Amino acid sequence: MSERILMKGNEAVAEAAVRGGCRYFFGYPITPQNEIPEYMSKRLPEVGGAFIQAESEVSAINMVYGAAGAGGRAMTSSSSPGISLKQEGISYIAGAELPCVIVNMVRSGPGLGGILPSQGDYFQSVKGGGHGDYRMLVYGPASIQEAVDITYKAFEKAEKYRIPVMILGDGVLGQMMEPVVLPEMTDIASIPVKEWATDGTKSGKDRRIINSLYIEADVLEGMNNKFAALYERMKAETACETYLADDAEIILTAFGITARIAKSAVDILRESGVKAGLIRPITLYPFPSDIYAQYAAKKTVKQFITLELNLGQMVEDVRLAVNGAKPVDFYGRSGGNIMSPEETVQQVLKKIK
Amino acid sequence: MTEKIIIAGFGGQGVLSLGQFLAYAAMYENQEATWLPSYGPEMRGGTANCSLVISDKPVASPIIETPDCLIALNKPSLDKFINNVRPGGTVIINSSIIHDKIERTDVKAVYLEANEIAAKAGSVKTANVVVLGAYIALSGLFPKESVKGTIAKIFKKKPDVIPMNLNAFELGYTAV
Repeated sequence: MSERILMKGNEAVAEAAVRGGCRYFFGYPITPQNEIPEYMSKRLPEVGGAFIQAESEVSAINMVYGAAGAGGRAMTSSSSPGISLKQEGISYIAGAELPCVIVNMVRSGPGLGGILPSQGDYFQSVKGGGHGDYRMLVYGPASIQEAVDITYKAFEKAEKYRIPVMILGDGVLGQMMEPVVLPEMTDIASIPVKEWATDGTKSGKDRRIINSLYIEADVLEGMNNKFAALYERMKAETACETYLADDAEIILTAFGITARIAKSAVDILRESGVKAGLIRPITLYPFPSDIYAQYAAKKTVKQFITLELNLGQMVEDVRLAVNGAKPVDFYGRSGGNIMSPEETVQQVLKKIK
Repeated sequence: MTEKIIIAGFGGQGVLSLGQFLAYAAMYENQEATWLPSYGPEMRGGTANCSLVISDKPVASPIIETPDCLIALNKPSLDKFINNVRPGGTVIINSSIIHDKIERTDVKAVYLEANEIAAKAGSVKTANVVVLGAYIALSGLFPKESVKGTIAKIFKKKPDVIPMNLNAFELGYTAV
């Protein structure tokens, strides 16, 4: 086994991106993700890459747009209010069929909110925070190792589908330290050549154009249908973890850091004789609806309880997936507060029907 | 085995680094660990704390409500967390600056003059390493020599401070 090193989530994500081939990073500071641009500012020049601290988030995402259009592995990171500012650019990147990676270490909102952890950007991430009919591949890692593994592969996924990939973390994931094993450095020469990239060279007969403007309705509808087919194919990326769910009567469900709290709660509930289990989506889009439907159809399952650091967002997708087969309850904390495992157990016991 | 620890004190007392020392020690002993700092509206001179979970299994929740051990380096931190400690748990109190005794009788209270001991080791800045020594002695979590190895690794870029820190660790270890 490779050597384990103790790393902060933000730094680990940054190093994983570099090892995954990221050579262009454009950012603007905001807590609680500042270690990502800080790390990149030092690390990217070492590997022949470029780091730019832009004058604003709007500028940073448009630099990503440009670098991605030229075929580079480009990335930006921010936290909630900064990600809101980037939404126009994200929509353009999606419309122009460009790959990139965006990290959101979510803080509490709305507005400037606070700097403490939250999952209040779930809707924004999975329902399309920018305008128009687009989707991203959205991951909700629950540990630093998982964040590393996902970030490392994120550029490959983004290029496979030519879409923006979002990694939805939160303040805990960004600020926490855990031992991690880092993957090998990707050989940049091994990355497939992008036949569509506008890299300034006269490499082919056909003109290459990066564009998201389609004035003709039929042409744009053709693009929209192409996107619909792409998002359908992207369902192959759906990932989900279950924990003690097979014989569970009460299914807790949560993503990211909340899922780890839920896992501890499941252990405590099991010790006190409650048959609890956990479903944890790893991809938030595509959402693992089939897994929920399968468990909802089981006779043993009595109830789902969704746990989130918001007022109830993913619970809507859980309800759509469960489709009325079983009751779906919700417990959330917000403002930067986090439920403890013990508090979660108390709330679950209150909600059990 | 899962050990949940909260370490709290003034910013500048080495609260966060003490937590990191333990996380490193856990990692070098092939254990799992999470280190979570309070990063909220804290400032220099204000209170800082971190939560540590050390386990032989993957750590589920890094969020702690009922620690097995509280390390309180100042009075506001002791007041804030004392009632959360698990009955039967341990509280290490920096009696150099906390002069009160705790009222709870269902936890093991250990009073440690960390600042004075650190001064004997060569610098009051090593008070957090004194506490690390005391915690390792009390918990028996990791072998003493392993943690000393961890200290040497952590300070490898500042080799001149290693002997002082090892001395501080040793003095803390034998003080309890």
